[in-house]
Order: sequence, then C-alpha cells, then structure tokens
Amino acid sequence: MSDKVLLDYGSGGRASQRLISDLFLKYLGNDELDRLNDAAVLNLSGRIAMSTDSFTVDPIFFPGGDIGSLAVHGTVNDVAMMGAVPRYITCGYIIEEGLPMADLERIVKSMGEAAEHAGVKVVTGDTKVVPKGACDKIFINTTGIGEIIVDPTPSGDAARVGDAVLISGTVGDHGLTVLGTREGLDFEAKVQSDSAALNHLLVKLVRELPEVHVLRDPTRGGLATTLNEITKSSNVCCELVENDIPVRPEVRGGCSILGLDPLYLANEGKFLCVLPGEYADKALEIMRADPLGKDAKHIGTMTDANPGKVVLVTQLGGKRLLGMLEGEQLPRIC
Amino acid sequence: MSFELLEKFRDPALCRKILDKMESELDRELRFMEVCGTHTVAIFQSGLRSLLPERIVHLSGPGCPVCVTHESEVNAFLDLAGRDKVIMATFGDLMRVPGNKGRNLKKAVADGARVKVVYSPFDTLKLAKENPDDLVVFIGVGFETTAPTIAGTMMMARQQGITNLRILCFHKTVPPALDALLADTAINIDGFILPGHVSAIIGVEPYRFIAEKYGKSAVVTGFEPLDILQSLNQMIEWRNKGEAHVSNNYTRIVGENGNPKAMEVMYQVFEPTDALWRGLGMIPGSGLEIRPEWEQFDAKKEFGITIEEGPALAGCKCGDILKGVKQPDECPLFGKACTPANPVGPCMVSTEGSCAAYYKYKLD
Repeated sequence: MSDKVLLDYGSGGRASQRLISDLFLKYLGNDELDRLNDAAVLNLSGRIAMSTDSFTVDPIFFPGGDIGSLAVHGTVNDVAMMGAVPRYITCGYIIEEGLPMADLERIVKSMGEAAEHAGVKVVTGDTKVVPKGACDKIFINTTGIGEIIVDPTPSGDAARVGDAVLISGTVGDHGLTVLGTREGLDFEAKVQSDSAALNHLLVKLVRELPEVHVLRDPTRGGLATTLNEITKSSNVCCELVENDIPVRPEVRGGCSILGLDPLYLANEGKFLCVLPGEYADKALEIMRADPLGKDAKHIGTMTDANPGKVVLVTQLGGKRLLGMLEGEQLPRIC
Repeated sequence: MSFELLEKFRDPALCRKILDKMESELDRELRFMEVCGTHTVAIFQSGLRSLLPERIVHLSGPGCPVCVTHESEVNAFLDLAGRDKVIMATFGDLMRVPGNKGRNLKKAVADGARVKVVYSPFDTLKLAKENPDDLVVFIGVGFETTAPTIAGTMMMARQQGITNLRILCFHKTVPPALDALLADTAINIDGFILPGHVSAIIGVEPYRFIAEKYGKSAVVTGFEPLDILQSLNQMIEWRNKGEAHVSNNYTRIVGENGNPKAMEVMYQVFEPTDALWRGLGMIPGSGLEIRPEWEQFDAKKEFGITIEEGPALAGCKCGDILKGVKQPDECPLFGKACTPANPVGPCMVSTEGSCAAYYKYKLD
C-alpha cells in the first residue's frame, strides 16, 4: 500500500479490496466481518438499544486516546446508558486523500483494541476516500446495537424528586485535553482524555441495583448541559453541591487560564447516574470498585424547588443557576 | 499562585464572618460598582450575589471590553471579515458580537470569511508568516490589560520583518471612563471595586482622583470571594467614618505603580485619543491609537476606517446598565428579545457582560 491514502483506495476496486483486507480486517476482523457480505447477520434477542454517532475530533490523536478508540467508546457508552449490553458496532470511515497510511493504521488498530476491550464486534463497515480538503483528515461514524437487560430502561425523563445524582469521576478532562492539544497550549500539569468504554461497569451497576432512573454520559456540553436536559425532561430541580463535584486541579487550572468552565467541557469516560437516594451508597460502592469509577461522587439531589433547572450550591453556600451551554465555549479576552 | 493559597481566598467561614460584619454595619443602602466584567462573573459564579446583604446594591460597570466596543467598531471589523486576502484574528469573545443586520463573525465564517480565534496576540505572528500572501488583521479590543501585549506583538513583528500584520486598534483605558461616570450627576455610586487585571498594569495612582475629586472610595480587588468581600467591607467602614480612599487590596498581583515596563511598551506604540464607548458615548482621552511611527500596522489607516456615533439600538438599555443606572432585568428586552442565543446588546453577548451573567446565573 502507498504511504498515503489515495483516492484509489475508495474506488471500490482492487485498491479498496487491499485496504480492507490488509488494514481493516487485520485489526477489526471477526467471523461476521470476515465474510464481507453486503450486510451483517446478527444474533440478538429481546429489546434492543441502538445508537449512532459521528466523530470529527480535531486533533485525531490526543493524550489518552484517538479518534478510533473514541468512536468505539462513544457509541458503546451511548448504548450502555440505556441499560443495555452492547454487542455489535458498525463503522463508516470518511478519509481525506493524503492522510498518512501510518496514521490510518494507528487509528484502525486502536479501534480494534477498543472494541475488543469493550467486548463488541465490528460487524460491518464502509470506507470512502474524499478529495483533499473535502473533509478534515478523517471522520468516523459508528452505530452500536445491544440487548437491554433492565426494565424499565433508564431514561432522561425518569428522574424523581429525592433521587441522588452521582458522577462516576472527574469532569472536564477530555474537553480540556482536546482543546489544549488542538491549540498547542502547554498546561503546567499535563491533562489526559478520560476516553473509555463504560459498559462493563454500567452492566454491573444495573444488574446489582434494584432501580436506576437515569444513566447519561455527559459528553459535549458537559455535566451542566446534560443535567439541564435531564431536569427539563423530568421536570425536577437538580441541586448540585459545587464542593462535591470532582475536578482535577490541573483541569481547574487550565480552565481558569482560558476562561472556561469545566462543568461545560466534554467527557468521554464518565457517566451520570440518577437513582433513588437510598441506593446511592450501594451505587457508589459498585462504581468505586471499578478503576473507571474510583473517583465517583454523590454530587447532588433532585428536588421540587425550581423544576427544570439546575441550581449550584457554591463553595460559599450561595446558590446560583447552572444553565445550559449556549453554543461553544469561547476563550475570553482578559 | 498555588491552588492551595487560592483556596484560602474562598474560605467559607471567613467569608461568612465578613458578610455578618457587613450586615451589622450597614445602616442604609449602598451602591457599589464593580468595573470589571470578570468581577461581575466572579460575584455570580461564587454565589456571592445571593449572600450579600440586601442593602448592598451591586452594579456592573463598563469594564467588559466586549460590552463597551462601540457598534461602529463592531461594524468596522465585520466589514473587514470576508474581504479578499484578509484573515481576521481575534479573541474568542468577539465571535458572537452582533453588528447591524444581525451580522456577527460566526456568521461571517459560515459565509466564507477567514477568521482565526487566537489565544494570544503573539499567535498572529505565526499566522502572518504562514500566510504571506494575505493580510492578517488582529482586532485590538480591550483595556490596559491587553494593549501592552499587542504593542509587544507589533514590536516583534517589526523585528522579524513581518509586513502583512495589521492591528485594528479599538483599545480603551479605564480611568477616563470612571471619571466620566462620576461626573454624571444622574449616576449614583458609593464606591468602586477596581479591576485587578487592568490595575496590574497601571497601578493605583491613576485612580486617586476618585477620592480626591469626587469624594468616593475605590479598592483594587482580586477575583476571589474574600478579595471582593474585604474590599466591600473596607468601603463600608470608610463610608461610616465619613472618609473616602483609594487603596490596593490585591497586593499579591498589583504593585502600587503597576507594571512600568508594560506601560512603557504600551505608550511606545500607542498614544491617548478620544474614544467612543458603547452606551457612554465619546469620552475624551479614553482610547489608544497607534502612533504615526507605527502606522505600518494600522488597519484603520490602511482601510480608511472612521468610527462614528450612530443611532442607538431600539429598546436596548445596555448604556444605562453600563452606567449603573439600570439593572439588566430592568431592560424591556432582557430574556425576551435579547438572550445569549440572540443577543441584541453587547452586555448579553459577552461572557463577562452583566446581562449575560444575570441571564446565566441569577436564580430568582
């Protein structure tokens, strides 16, 4: 193969075949994908959760991950948030002509490792190569499908007054890492993306707890925006305690320099769990026993005070609104 | 500064102690204005606003650089964005600032304009080198805090022989604006929380007139809750004794004489000029313009840009809000026609604007 991705590789001809067999099957291959049929034949039963997401992250490699593993983690997590066991994923690659082949290999390899770790099979895929400038290096779409193992399924509109709000760990790590890497900012202490597949921990959680109302991963828009979505859908108020929200000091520092709020930064390896208050301690115990949930915290409670709103109880004991993110966060002048 | 040390300035018990003291010492309503937008946000973000005694009226002044950027200045940079062979460089704050006909830089980008958000003016040097066939125009908005770095950028550009960098200079200086506010008898302010960042450059001396000429107090203040509470408490104590002073409560960052080196760099490149402030109008000597010997960098000269007073935005009370005459939620457009998604006035568009802070943080 050429050392760069050429338009030929998306032609559907021999070059495409070589790319698929020498690269994609090498790292993503399994019984189903290896057949190279027009569609995958899957063995699923009961209620099914399905989710799709497209990944366009810039830069494509960042401390703690890359676009390949991220594309698996993001979709696996979305399926798992429905109380489902993710089983299969698909992947669609849109590659810019000229992308170094070594970069593509690194991404596909990383995707294969992430899928194996998450216990999902990549069962069908697609590759397109577009002319230089038509996309930014590489875009990946993944669709995931899984079997739901709890009834009722956790849902954003199921939060109730009295519910506890838990977060599985520190917030803002991914968002600040990507922004810092993209802009070439050198933070005093290095930060790293939290990108990870949460499905094994989530399955354990929903199996061992009698009731879980909401599971959500606070990706784009961060913790604040996700909680706003939940309170609006459920018509309850979330009272968050600022002191209890885990934020790494280096993330807090980086955000302070840039004028950003870590509560609005994306996370790719964290989830919010809303459940009846009496199960909070048990949930924290399960979460903290897993490396991905070791920093889990009880950060707030659902109340009936200001329905549809998120209220932050600050370190000083004052209260203020924690609204939804409007557009993207932009660094300030001074 | 270490985060451990910073945490001391957020100590809830100490804050509570000062809050209680203030409560007991206030015998009437007092109106304090924080000049700087970062203070406005800090007061809301920390929850201080919900804890301050009711008798303290908290006003947000003209210290958000985006808010005071005149509409004519906004239209000027929006006109430049999208021109052939022009790359606009800006801090992120200006991306959503609305000009006439609902234009803004975000929409300009969608229409094909080349706009680069930079984190430091020095980033424009690299941008200019990478695009030798284009003109990189940096939007120079801000106070004494940002002007020295931009002056330094121009010096470095000259050293490096960069000829395709221009600065669209809309810088403003804080003390003349405070003088204008105090001279307006319709405005009733008992004291100022003075900006920390600006003061780090200019020091304390330029504010002395506040006490000497107008008999009001003012304290240079940091951005932590304890900084703000100590300054307010200090001004209440002075008020109760019938005294007025200007002092520095942010000594860990602000020296009495500021940063003379930064001032020297700034005035080597810029000179004072009259400037139009949004909502406040023309204030003599409150702007900075590029000196003739640096005009090779002057985008205003290059493109023949003049800044003129135009008709005010219908219904928008940003001017009264910047003067502390009205609170954001007293504006008829607030939260209705004017929201962060569709800002009418600049106080709603800037993350440090008082209207945006009210909309974003105010609970009741």
